[in-house]
Amino acid sequence: MNEATRTGFRRRFKTTGLRALTTALALTAGSAFAADTIKVGVLHSLSGTMAISETTLKDTVLMLIDEQNKKGGLLGKKLEAVVVDPASNWPLFAEKAKELLVKDKVDVIYGCWTSVSRKSVLPVIEEANGLLFYPVQYEGEESSKNVFYTGAAPNQQAIPAVDYLMKDVGVKRWVLAGTDYVYPRTTNKILEAYLKSKGVAAEDIMINYTPFGHSDWQTIVSDIKKFGSAGKKTAVVSTVNGDANVPFYKELGNQGISAESIPVVAFSVGEEELSGFDTSPLVGHLAAWNYFMSVDAPENAAFIKQWHAFIKDPKRVTNDPMEATYIGFNLWVKAVEKAKTTDVDAVRKAIYGLSVPNLTGGSAVMLPNHHITKPVLIGEIQADGQFEVVWKTDKEVPGDAWTDFLPESAKITSDWQDPAINCGNYNTATKTCSGQNY
Amino acid sequence: MKPLLLLLLALTTAGAAADSGTGVTMTADGVEARPVDELMLALGTASFRDKEALVIQLAASGDTRVPVLLQALLDGTLYSDATTGAIIATPADGAPVPLAGAAQADAPTAAPRTDDLRKITVNNSLRSQLRVLIAATQLQNPDPGVRRQAARTLTGNARTTLLPLLDRALAAETDAGARAALVTAQASLHLASPDPATRGAAVAALADTSDKAILTLLEQQAGTETDATVKAGLARAITDLRGREQRFAFVSDLFFGLSLGSVLLLAAVGLAITFGVMGVINMAHGEMIMLGAYTTYVVQLLMPSHIEYSLAVAVPAAFVVTALVGIAIERSVIRFLYGRPLETLLATFGISLVLQQLVRTIFSPLNKSVITPQWLSGSWEINGMLSLTYNRLYIILFALAVLASLITLLRKTPIGLEMRAVTQNRAMASSMGVRTGRVDALTFGLGSGIAGIAGVALSQLTNVGPNLGQSYIIDSFLVVVFGGVGNLLGTFVAAMSLGVVNKFAEPLVGAVLAKILILVFVILFIQRRPRGLFALKGRFVED
Amino acid sequence: MTGSPRLLNDAASRWLLAGLGMLILVVPLLNLAVPETSPFHLSTYMVSLFGKYLCLALLALALDLVWGYAGILSLGHGAFFALGGYAMGMYLMRQIGSRGVYGNPLLPDFMVFLNWQELPWYWYGFDNFFFAALMVALVPGVLAFAFGWFAFRSRVTGVYLSIITQALTYALMLAFFRNDMGFGGNNGLTDFKELLGFSLTSAATKNGLFVGSGLALIAGFLLCRWVVVSRLGRVLVAVRDAESRTRFMGYRVEHYKLFVFVLSAMLAGIAGALYVPQVGIINPGEFAPLASIEVVVWVAVGGRGYLYGAIVGALLVNYAKTWFTGAFPEIWLFLLGGLFVVSTLFLPRGVVGLFGQRRQPPPSAATGGNN
Repeated sequence: MNEATRTGFRRRFKTTGLRALTTALALTAGSAFAADTIKVGVLHSLSGTMAISETTLKDTVLMLIDEQNKKGGLLGKKLEAVVVDPASNWPLFAEKAKELLVKDKVDVIYGCWTSVSRKSVLPVIEEANGLLFYPVQYEGEESSKNVFYTGAAPNQQAIPAVDYLMKDVGVKRWVLAGTDYVYPRTTNKILEAYLKSKGVAAEDIMINYTPFGHSDWQTIVSDIKKFGSAGKKTAVVSTVNGDANVPFYKELGNQGISAESIPVVAFSVGEEELSGFDTSPLVGHLAAWNYFMSVDAPENAAFIKQWHAFIKDPKRVTNDPMEATYIGFNLWVKAVEKAKTTDVDAVRKAIYGLSVPNLTGGSAVMLPNHHITKPVLIGEIQADGQFEVVWKTDKEVPGDAWTDFLPESAKITSDWQDPAINCGNYNTATKTCSGQNY
Repeated sequence: MKPLLLLLLALTTAGAAADSGTGVTMTADGVEARPVDELMLALGTASFRDKEALVIQLAASGDTRVPVLLQALLDGTLYSDATTGAIIATPADGAPVPLAGAAQADAPTAAPRTDDLRKITVNNSLRSQLRVLIAATQLQNPDPGVRRQAARTLTGNARTTLLPLLDRALAAETDAGARAALVTAQASLHLASPDPATRGAAVAALADTSDKAILTLLEQQAGTETDATVKAGLARAITDLRGREQRFAFVSDLFFGLSLGSVLLLAAVGLAITFGVMGVINMAHGEMIMLGAYTTYVVQLLMPSHIEYSLAVAVPAAFVVTALVGIAIERSVIRFLYGRPLETLLATFGISLVLQQLVRTIFSPLNKSVITPQWLSGSWEINGMLSLTYNRLYIILFALAVLASLITLLRKTPIGLEMRAVTQNRAMASSMGVRTGRVDALTFGLGSGIAGIAGVALSQLTNVGPNLGQSYIIDSFLVVVFGGVGNLLGTFVAAMSLGVVNKFAEPLVGAVLAKILILVFVILFIQRRPRGLFALKGRFVED
Repeated sequence: MTGSPRLLNDAASRWLLAGLGMLILVVPLLNLAVPETSPFHLSTYMVSLFGKYLCLALLALALDLVWGYAGILSLGHGAFFALGGYAMGMYLMRQIGSRGVYGNPLLPDFMVFLNWQELPWYWYGFDNFFFAALMVALVPGVLAFAFGWFAFRSRVTGVYLSIITQALTYALMLAFFRNDMGFGGNNGLTDFKELLGFSLTSAATKNGLFVGSGLALIAGFLLCRWVVVSRLGRVLVAVRDAESRTRFMGYRVEHYKLFVFVLSAMLAGIAGALYVPQVGIINPGEFAPLASIEVVVWVAVGGRGYLYGAIVGALLVNYAKTWFTGAFPEIWLFLLGGLFVVSTLFLPRGVVGLFGQRRQPPPSAATGGNN
């Protein structure tokens, strides 16, 4: 942990400790010490079910802050991380976001993983006019003035992957398997519409939802096996979330579903998830991301080296949300330098059109819809838990907040730069923005 | 190397009529044109599509290096040297084998510098191609098991041009199993024969198989069949196969249910001791399971070269570790709370939070990779419609063994007698000279130790992470209560019946609704029998 | 009713009421009347935070009524809380009207993008505040009635009852997680805009909600107090301490239990309804069995069987949680877990047991296991 963070902790400990001694009301006396640092809030779960994924992102932000401070900080000030633990509890996310913005007065927040945590903090961030960088692939259908989405929108992950399977692998029959929450639901709705538009018959699509943390996959995997033995090339598009993946893949391996017979392409399985188990039975199954640790690029090699030095464990892997955090951090730094202030509105106006290098040898441009450009990569799982890139887009794909494959969403567009629109959900049919809170 | 030449013929002519995803797209003209070394070296830089063509030409060359090369390519152990372009195979169990290029020509024994090696990558389509090529060479393998497997692989990639190869292999085959597999492979190809008699014979041969892929094949054939006799035969065969499919589906659902039941049993049986027998509402039970799983992880770290035996070490190790932790918890906290059962809930809930965070601090919040030994992976393929996964099979046996030893311990040993005495009437046992404090500690240790053993088993099925225990605690309580608190047999019956009902409901209503229905069922069942499935006999006025 | 001398013959209760009364006067004053530059100014964030604590205290109070006085250890009270919260959430969703991101006047956003064509029948009526308010108490009440009717009549007691209440909330959690149910699945209901026409983001509304929660807690406390000091309350304690004996004396034990269980569920529902607009989200996580167990822990820490103990426990533990997660994000679970263990070992009657020991006999620890 770096020095700035540690002193931050100590100070917070002291103030809160003192306050605890006084009455419950006195604790609220404002924390009004001088802003000698630029504060960066880190809102990632460090306990509870999401700690598995989110702790790494907390460490990534700390590393980036450390690195920036070594370079002399920002605008002549040191960066200071304020870490809190929303404990995988969605109302607590909102509470902690508010604490960061109101009590700690942070200038920017890096945080959230699940869609529900983002939805929970959204009103808080908008109300306090804060700034959130959200680093995870998600279902789209959102573009908030105060949030920058550096993970993939559906058009930057799902659709290219399906295109690849259709054209390069010759898949004719599809299993859309996912955990029952909004990201898989939306992605599968989009994919279903897309596949049907490409002439896939309804009986060639099987959709299956499982609860969070589902651990007994015997029946579903055997159903997939049956569905796949109809004489047409079959693939599984998996939006199965986090914890449920290990038992899912183990069952696939044990029931002998190899990548050659029925390939599984996953949108939520990255290096970190694979590091939790032995991947040799899964060689050849696929994942679609915008970054793989195995990508051969000088920026990536430097990033991995830096990460290993920071975390002091040469075996730790890097993954796509880490890259998204990296991009988000660098975009913000660049925007602050351009605006010469950390004021949210100034930074927001400065950031549009800025471009920073990504880790795969290209660059990420912040678009006026608060999404970025990303390359789409498809990788096959290797026995060492890494991915081998087998396909990639020629150039970066711009993120689309509102998908064109859902009827209601197709009408909506987002542009925060164009003064004629200046909103996140401009309805091109009625020419209005509805539901804007601020 | 005659079979390889035959194979080449088979595959290249098939290429023209490319009929499936693995269809080969090359022209016949490159066959003898390039020397083997050149072909091999070309692999280093070729695209996936070019590689597909190259491996077919290589397979056709009949060169003795080729089988090694194909296998290494499939295994991902084939490398090209970045500077010299040499092709080197590095099998996991032996020294690197230089196959082509500079290394082979100049200094065959020189070990390649590993940092220069670039792996020659394969993709799925290339991989399935390689499997067919390798399988074709394996039809001559001295091991009948390998030949059987090879014949099955070829069945999946049916192509009529393979027939001569199969005919030859069949003529020479002596092993009954391999013969049957070859006959099936052959018959499935004969279905496309222009001669109705051949097709009829093929249908008759296939009617005896139990394989979903064959059923699909027959169904497709039924759609296009013109000959009336063959059509009738097809209809009969399809009915047969469908009937068999249904029966095997029932068997496999039952197996799924029993295996889910034994997972529930393993998770719950420790709780049946600490909660059922001792009356401690042990919220830290899940964390004991988690500690057992982490013990497995540590054991594997300590003996990386003997993974196959690691579980045999992990089971006693996990028992000891978690039993000690359990005894420590009992001595330091729970013993002060006897007679206040509900407060054990509060204390053990606190302990469970602490243990979770402790594991997170020591091992990081990330999941840990526990390796599955070879003997636990894969499945026992009884036939094409029924296969039982080994890990589930062993877990069923393991759960039964744990339960049996526990019952023996409680019923047949002196310490078991004391445990029963203390839990049934503490005061009386104490006045008879039983050291109740010691027995309490040992009982709690036993329950925790068994939870640890469950953790070893679960580490083979699911994530090993700090939240492992949380996902089983609710189910464990449910099983113990449904079976009747304090009754091990009840726990067994409850776990198995909930598992089986769940798995039979799942195909009908989906995974989530099945689970909800189970919960509702338990709630309603408790109304009928307020003390669980096997209530302890006796007249209670107050509890 | 408040004039009844027995109702407030207990000093601790009077102190508690006075404290709560002070709180609902002082907090809005410090927030609205004191200028922001003053060290005594209280931020709106704190007002909402306190309001949230008060709602959780009401939930703890409801649980203490059934657990502390009737011996029914419910490990599923979070279900009633969440149902009340969902009823309120549905009202707030309908209030959004055509101001959703898709501008659909009838359907909430999450239904629009998942291609729902019409509003499910059970969403009708929730555009009316009074209907929703009725449902806030009615839905948990009816569920508790149906559940309790069967369970108490079948004489399901002790751990059996506890575990099936847990199964109940678990089943509801799984059900509400399903997107097909039409309650927004995992994301639940969010992006609320206004309540009865008042913008939820304005400081005045937040203070209003805070005062409302405080008043609800006071009213809930008085109601529970009235129940426990009445003859009914004494029968309940008898049920808790010796259920069969009470039955043999001719009391219809199940009726008493049912009454108090339903009452408690309704209070929990109201707590949930006040909680939702203050935190801005309701999702199936509230149904999680662990969340319900936490409520039990609050009551146990505060002091089971003293109504004010439940309130103190809820406020204390939740404040500790807020403080710990902010100040010690890496080790807060050690602190919280340690707090639970230590308070069980050294404070068998909870925090309030430290003080009022002489006045009331400690509640006996019946129910649950054998012996």
